[in-house]
Amino acid sequence: MTSELLLAWISAAITFGTVIMFGSIGETLNEKCGGLNLGTPGVMMLGGIASLAGAFFYENSVSNPNPVLCVIISLLCCIIVSALAGLLYGFLTITLRANQNVTGLTLTIFGTGVANFFGGSLVKLSGGVGQINVAATSKAFKAMLPVLSDKLGVISKIFFSYGWLTYVVLIMAFAMQYFFSRTRTGLNLRAIGENPATADAAGINVTVYKYAASCIGSAIAGIGGLFYVMDYVKGTWANDSGIEALGWLAVALVIFTSWKPKNATWGAYLFGFCYWVYLYVPSGISAFLMKIFKVSKSTYMQNLYKMIPYLVTIVVLIMVSSHKKRENQAPASLGVSYFREDR
Amino acid sequence: MDNNTAIQLVNITKSFGAVKANENVSFDIRKHEILALLGENGSGKTTVMNMLAGIYYPDEGEIFVNGKQVSIKDPKDAFDLGIGMIHQHYKLIDVFTALENIVLGLKPGDNNDMASARTRVNDICSRYGFEMDLDMKVYDMTVSQKQTLEIIKVLYRGADILILDEPTAVLTPQETERLFTIIRNMRNDGKAIVIITHKLNEVLEISDRVTILRKGHFIGTVNTKETNEKELTEMMVGEKITLDINRDLIEEKHLRLQVRNLTVINNENKKVVDDVSFDLYSGEILGIAGISGSGQKELLEAIMGLQKSEEGSSVIYYSTAHGVHELVGLSTREIISYGLHLAFVPEDRLGMGLVGNMGMTDNVMLKRYRKGKGPFLHRAQPQQMAIKIKDELEVDTPSLDYPVRRLSGGNVQKVLVGREINNKPTVLMTAYAVRGLDINTSYAIYNLLNEQKKHGVAVVYVGEDLDVLLALSDRILVLCNGKVNGILDGRSAHKEEVGMLMTNLKKGDQHE
Repeated sequence: MTSELLLAWISAAITFGTVIMFGSIGETLNEKCGGLNLGTPGVMMLGGIASLAGAFFYENSVSNPNPVLCVIISLLCCIIVSALAGLLYGFLTITLRANQNVTGLTLTIFGTGVANFFGGSLVKLSGGVGQINVAATSKAFKAMLPVLSDKLGVISKIFFSYGWLTYVVLIMAFAMQYFFSRTRTGLNLRAIGENPATADAAGINVTVYKYAASCIGSAIAGIGGLFYVMDYVKGTWANDSGIEALGWLAVALVIFTSWKPKNATWGAYLFGFCYWVYLYVPSGISAFLMKIFKVSKSTYMQNLYKMIPYLVTIVVLIMVSSHKKRENQAPASLGVSYFREDR
Repeated sequence: MDNNTAIQLVNITKSFGAVKANENVSFDIRKHEILALLGENGSGKTTVMNMLAGIYYPDEGEIFVNGKQVSIKDPKDAFDLGIGMIHQHYKLIDVFTALENIVLGLKPGDNNDMASARTRVNDICSRYGFEMDLDMKVYDMTVSQKQTLEIIKVLYRGADILILDEPTAVLTPQETERLFTIIRNMRNDGKAIVIITHKLNEVLEISDRVTILRKGHFIGTVNTKETNEKELTEMMVGEKITLDINRDLIEEKHLRLQVRNLTVINNENKKVVDDVSFDLYSGEILGIAGISGSGQKELLEAIMGLQKSEEGSSVIYYSTAHGVHELVGLSTREIISYGLHLAFVPEDRLGMGLVGNMGMTDNVMLKRYRKGKGPFLHRAQPQQMAIKIKDELEVDTPSLDYPVRRLSGGNVQKVLVGREINNKPTVLMTAYAVRGLDINTSYAIYNLLNEQKKHGVAVVYVGEDLDVLLALSDRILVLCNGKVNGILDGRSAHKEEVGMLMTNLKKGDQHE
């Protein structure tokens, strides 16, 4: 295996990991507060299309787009639309106490549909498939950190050759970990996820917390969609629901990290690494595996490789549940609607 | 009112649907004093205290705290007024440490960071004599430690008025002693303390005054020094009310069940049914009395094979149609096929026996679907039976396929009991069959049970209302802490006698 190939693999894994890390820490925030938002893939789709639409109309309305405004506009569009999706989820599951699984899955279908619908419109507006172009915004998001990205040789290449959001998400992950384990608000939020009745009795406003967690969590997840559009596919759009596929991995990553955002900082990249195995695995190893498993075509083998992240998640799930360490389990009231008991 | 009055309740009334849980309850709680709130199950003790803790809101009446009229809308209001309640089900987060649980929900403010919180908690512990490792996770704690943590929690929040709901129910005698010492320390420190209980000996040991509730009504408050066990029992169970329930004496009786040394140990390693022995005859109603949680549910479930009974337990079934069988070790399906039926009405009514989203026909079919031939369901027969139940018991439902979940509680119970009766049992066991029902529907169910008795069915009736038990049962078995504390003749037994047996375990074993 050449070093270039390895570098390309690492680079692909980190870009991939950034997308799902956003999704994962957003979902973790929601789940820690008891909301199992399976709509995260849909929310990420919505975040992606909103950022694209914002950037598209801004870039088309001025002749010389200002990169700072590009970033602000598309981020704002993304956050607002994703948070609204979170609000919708919250209204259905918190106020109307609808089943969280059904609501979440519906939100995914809804988000994917809406995003692809407007994606199609944008493609048409821009003159055809592949014509959509938000180069200025994409460039602004792909801006790398100064100094670090070009002065450190191979280290720069491995660690600092990515858009700045890559580092923002890392900071956010650690910040969220700190929030959960070291702040009063974080303690209250976790209490709601464990036992809302107890939190209620302790004078915590369960509804406000749940809504906030749903909206903020969705906004963070939505940025994952933005990163996908602006960085991962370099400012274009294809109606292939690529974000949705990554969204499910983001949900799986929450379980993989045992609801600890700090674990997402390496887990996301590990998932990325596993995901890209099929492209970068040395052909010798691949041929050997095909022989063992009696796989006739290399495309079949690719599909097997693509299963690795899910397999890893299953293994982790089994390990966690057999370990019986209470701190690593899902929040006890995850997926359960809360209403103050009356007789 | 003097300066020592912490809380005054005036004419408090609270209803849940048609059921009045509290009606015109008035009493006061004083500082420097331990008040025992005494009453049977369903007497409304916990309900009235929940209104002080902000869990429920009174329909009528006034609450005064330190002389000022207040409105307690949620638990936070209660905290702000210095009222802290320790519920029977502890409100703690398992994966948090003791300290985290204590500070939960408090605003970070002056002197409220973790380090100073720790100092303050340690102060409280040494002041009243608590022992607590503040870094211990709740899931590693014993029940007694959890209770201690709950008390520290409310004290940390500045509670001056502490309400403890059946605090000794889960404690060993040694732990109870320790708790009482702490409660006395708190009283001497000027706190007002309320203990909700139905244990007379504890009332006499710890309290200064006793307030007695019965069926939601305020009966009276007496000074503990000036009363005795007998007087309290009378106030608690009240005069015997004559109920107009038929009770025929069936001459021809056959032994149906011979229960011997039945013991059940639950998940928490507690003996919930302890060496229970009794006989059950056809043509009689055996009433089972006891404080809730004395092993009634486990006893019935063990007979039905739903609970594992311990080594040495024996339930022998004598049947004219099926011969003689040892039921321990058989599957529930086999036991049902021999003609034993259980209709258990849990607190939420639907939790056991019926599927809420199914209609009457389908619910009837739940117990019969194996009788059909081939892979398809045969709906005709169950449908006929559902029609029969509907007509005979006057079940008010728009159609046979209407989800039973949407029916009123009484109708749901009629479906449940009706199904068991229509399966032609030889032994019919019912638990809380009239729970939450109005008086007319209750009588309909009593009549059904009496009819079964006349047909030679052996009926077990687990009930909460002593008056009904005394009017309906031929014999009454009293359970106390999972043990048989006496079997009385239903026609000659006195209410006080049953009440005493329910609350006080007799010294030594004196079966019948």
